Amino acid sequence: MSEELVTITVDGREIQAPKGAMLIEVTDKANIKVPRFCYHQKLSVAANCRMCLVEVEKAPKALPACATPVMEGMVVHTQSAAAKAAQHSVMEFLLINHPLDCPICDQGGECELQDVAMGYGNDVSQYVEGKRVVLDKNIGPLITTELTRCIHCTRCVRFGEEIAGIRELGMTSRGENARIATCVEQTVASEMSGNVIDLCPVGALTAKPSRFAARAWEMMQHASVAPHDCVGSNLFVHTLRGEVIRVVPRDNEAINEAWISDRDRFSYEGIYSEDRLTSPMIKQKDEWKVVDWDEALKFAADGIKSVLTQLEQAEIQDDTQSESEDSGEVVNKTNPADKIAALVSPNSTLEELYLAQKLLRSLGSGNIDHRLRQSDFSDQDAAPTMPWLGQNIEDLEKLNAALLIGSNVRKQQPIIAHRLRKATLNNAAHISFVNPRVYDFHFPVASNIAVAQQQLSAELALIAAAAFKASANDVPDHLKKALSGLKPKVEHKAMVSQLKEGENTTVLLGDLANMHPDFSVLRVLAEAIATQTNSVFGYLTEAANTAGAWLAGAVPHRGPAAATEDVVQGSVFAEQNPDAVLLLNVEPDADMVNSQAMIETLQQASRVIAITAFDSAALRDTASVMLPAATFAETSGSYVNAEGFWQSFKGVCQPSGEARPGWKILRVLGNLLDQQGFDYVSSDEVRDELRSQCENIELDNTLNNAATIKINGAAAELMRCGDVPMYSGDALLRRASSLQQTQDAQVICVRLNAAEASRLGVAESDSVLVKQGNSSAQLSLVIDDSIPTGSAWIPMAVKGNELLGDAFGEIMVEKV
Amino acid sequence: MNTTDTQLSKQSCAEIDALLAKFPAEGRKSALLGALNVVQHENKGFLTEDLMDAVARHLDLAKIEVYEVASFYSMYELKPVARHNVAVCTNISCMLMGSQSIVNHVENKLGIKLGESTADGRIYLKIEEECLAACAGGPMMQVDHVYHENLTPEKVDEILDGLE
Repeated sequence: MSEELVTITVDGREIQAPKGAMLIEVTDKANIKVPRFCYHQKLSVAANCRMCLVEVEKAPKALPACATPVMEGMVVHTQSAAAKAAQHSVMEFLLINHPLDCPICDQGGECELQDVAMGYGNDVSQYVEGKRVVLDKNIGPLITTELTRCIHCTRCVRFGEEIAGIRELGMTSRGENARIATCVEQTVASEMSGNVIDLCPVGALTAKPSRFAARAWEMMQHASVAPHDCVGSNLFVHTLRGEVIRVVPRDNEAINEAWISDRDRFSYEGIYSEDRLTSPMIKQKDEWKVVDWDEALKFAADGIKSVLTQLEQAEIQDDTQSESEDSGEVVNKTNPADKIAALVSPNSTLEELYLAQKLLRSLGSGNIDHRLRQSDFSDQDAAPTMPWLGQNIEDLEKLNAALLIGSNVRKQQPIIAHRLRKATLNNAAHISFVNPRVYDFHFPVASNIAVAQQQLSAELALIAAAAFKASANDVPDHLKKALSGLKPKVEHKAMVSQLKEGENTTVLLGDLANMHPDFSVLRVLAEAIATQTNSVFGYLTEAANTAGAWLAGAVPHRGPAAATEDVVQGSVFAEQNPDAVLLLNVEPDADMVNSQAMIETLQQASRVIAITAFDSAALRDTASVMLPAATFAETSGSYVNAEGFWQSFKGVCQPSGEARPGWKILRVLGNLLDQQGFDYVSSDEVRDELRSQCENIELDNTLNNAATIKINGAAAELMRCGDVPMYSGDALLRRASSLQQTQDAQVICVRLNAAEASRLGVAESDSVLVKQGNSSAQLSLVIDDSIPTGSAWIPMAVKGNELLGDAFGEIMVEKV
Repeated sequence: MNTTDTQLSKQSCAEIDALLAKFPAEGRKSALLGALNVVQHENKGFLTEDLMDAVARHLDLAKIEVYEVASFYSMYELKPVARHNVAVCTNISCMLMGSQSIVNHVENKLGIKLGESTADGRIYLKIEEECLAACAGGPMMQVDHVYHENLTPEKVDEILDGLE
C-alpha cells in the first residue's frame, strides 16, 4: 500500500486515508460504524456477506465497504436511505435461513448476527417458507458445529487457509445447499483451531467444553497471560460465579495478535480435574491423611528443620572425630544445607520461583533448579543471564532466513510458528530445520534435515564448518578440533548462504536442543553459525517462565539477576543425594528428563515437600507432605516471555478448596523456618524486589568463554529420543480433558522407521519390549518413517514414561 | 503418503499433466476442473472420495479444495450413476418451449425420477441445473456430451432407445 494519502468524505466528514485502503478500514479507524460479518481485519477480503453495503456517490449501486478501495474525492454515505435500504435487504436475506431461536443458542448475547439484526433487521420477515436444515458435523472435541446457523461468511475457511495454514474447512455445494464442511467429516487438527470459535459471527461454531455453561452477560472478564509456552499470549479469562468458564484471546499486536493456541484456550479445564488437591495432606506411617494448613506447614517446616539439625549434628560428630584422630589433614567440610534441594517447574510464576530460591539460599543451600528436562549442564557458567529469543516476536515476521535447531515450533510455540509462516508468505523466507526427526510444518521449509539425536551435533558441525568457510574467518581454538576436515554438503552450504545473504536472519535453539545430552555442543555451534552469518542468535525457551526462572535465580550457580557474588551456589540435581526436597509444581513421573532416576532419588530422601495443585500416584509414592497450590487463573504473578517481556496478572478466581497461591505458601514456610525477609503482603512486592535487582540487565545471548567442544562419535546403535507432546508439557495440560481427546494428545508408544523395525525383527502394532538399563516396558510399536534410523522415538511426559529411564539414553527394542 | 491410497491411472496422469502444462507453474489449481473431467470420464461418469483425494495429491491441493469444486459444479457426479448421462434442459427458454412435458415423458418411459438411474444401469437422468446454451433449439437435452434439439416425445424415444 502506498503512503500517498487521499481525502474522502464519509457522512459529511472529511477523512484522510492511504490510497488503496479499503473503505471499511478507513471507517473503522474513524469510528464510523459499518455492519459486517465476513470482513475481519486479519483475514483476506471475501465480500460475500454484503452486509457492509454503503452508498458511494457516482456509483450506480451500493458498494461493499470491505472491498471498495478509497479514491480521491470519494463521497460515501453510510446512513443514507439508499445505504440503509441495502443493509436492511441484506439483513432480511441473511435471516431467511437463519433460525430465530436465539434463547437456545450458545452464542446468544454475544452474537454479531443478533446485534446487527437489532440495528438493521425488521420485526417480521416476508419469508414464510420452510428454512433449510444442515446436518451438524463432528469436527473434534474442541468445536461444536451447528451448521444450520451458518451464514456462509467463510471466516473459518479463510482462517484455515491464511492463518492456520491448513485447508481443513471448506464450503461445499452451492446456492441453498452450500455448507461449511471438513472433507469427509475429519477432525479439525490445527493447533490454533479454536480461533474459529471467536471468528464465527454466529452460533455455528462454538466451544465444545464451555457450551451452554454460561451466558455472556453473566460472566466476568479478566485479563491474564497464558501459562504454557514462551510466548506469553495475552488472554481474557471468563468466569462465572468464581469458576473459569472459558478463555479467549486478548489482542496484543506485539505478541499474539488476535489469536491464541488451542493449548492456551482449553487448558483451563485442568483446573477442575478430579485430581485436584484441595486440602493439605501428610504421610504418616505410609498413610496419607488430610490435615489443616497449620499442621501441614508445621510438618513441612519441621521436616526441613530436623534434616538440618541431623546434618549439623553429624557434622559436629565428624569434626570431633577428626579432631580426636588429630590426623592433621584438612577435612573437606561440606555445607550441611547441601542436603536440601528444590526443583521448581518453569511454568511457576516469577514470584514463586524467586521465593523458592530465596528460601533455599537463606537456609544455606543453592540446590535449586528449574531445568527439569535438561541433561547437559557443562556450559552453564558460559550461559547468558537469561536465554531469550534475541529479538521481538513481532520481528520474526520480517525474517528472510532462519535456522531452527531441535524445534517443532509449530506444536510447541504455535504463535511463533505463525509469525514464521508470515515471513515465508511475505518475504519468501527460507526457514530450515535440523531436528532429530522429520516434523511437518504449515509453511514451506527450505531444508528439513532430520538425523538421529546422537548425530545432531555432528550434523550441526557441518553447517558450522560451512559458515566459517563462507565468512572466511578463522575458526576459533575451541572449535578447531571439532570442525577440522569436515566436508559440508550442498544443503549445509545452501543454509549458510541463505542466512548470510538475508537481511534479517536468525538461528534459534528449540526446546529439543535444550534437552539434548549434547546441549552445550549444539549451543556453541549454533552461536558460531549465527555469528559467522550475521544472524541473531536466540532460544525458543521451553516453558512459560523459563526465561523468568533464570532472572529469579532458580538455577544452582547463579542468584537473582544472574548474580554470582555472595550467592550460595549449589549443584545440579543429578549430582545430589538430597535428604530433603522441595517440589514446586513438579510431577516426578512426568516433568523430568529421567523420571525413573528422579523417583529413586526422591524415595531415598527423608522429607519431600510437594507444593502442588494436583494429587498423583507418583507424589503419593514419593512425597511426605502435599501442600495444595493455586493454578493458572487462581494466583497472581508474573511471567517473563522469550522476548524478555514482563507480564503480571491477577488471580481471577478463588483457588479450589483450601489451595493457596504458591508464593503465599513459600512466604509462610520462610516465616516458619525463622528466615528473614519473608514478610511480603502481595505478590507485587515480591516482583518489585526482583525487578529492582534486574534493572541493569541487558539481554545478550553471547556465550562467554565457550569451552572446547568435542563432537561425540560412536554411540549405541539405537538411542531413545522423544519430545514433550504439545498437550503434555505440564500438570495442568495433562489434565485438560478436551485437549487430551484430540489427535495431538499422545499415548506412550515406540516409533521406529521401517528399516530399523525390520532390522530388529518387529512389525507395526506389535507389542515390543523396550529396555533401558534395569527398566523395561512393553509398548506398542508404530512404524513411522519420519523417525531417522538409529532412533527409537518415545514421547516424554506421557503416562508410562516413568517406567523408563533417560529420555535420550541408550535403549533396546525387542520382540516380545 | 499411505500406500493404500487410490492411485490415478497412467493415462489420467498423462492427460492431467498435459492440462497442467497449459497453466503457469503456480496455478496448479487451474487444472482442477479438467482433471476432474478426466478422472470422472475414466471412472464411468462419477467421482469417488478416493479419486478426489488422488486428484488433490496429484495437483498438490488440499482435499477440501477438490471437494469444494466437485460439489459446486453440477457436471460432476459424486454418487455412482448409470452409463448414459441424459440431461433435459429445464431452464427458461426450454421451459417456455415445453421441456416439462419432455421431462414427464422421459420419467414415465424410464420409470425413474430426475436424479435417478435405471435399474439396468443403462440411463442416468440428471437434474440439469444450468442453461445448456442451446436456447434457439429448445426444448433440448444433452446425452453423453451430444446435444439433441427441438425435441418431441417421438424423437426422445428414438434417441433413448438407441442407447445401449
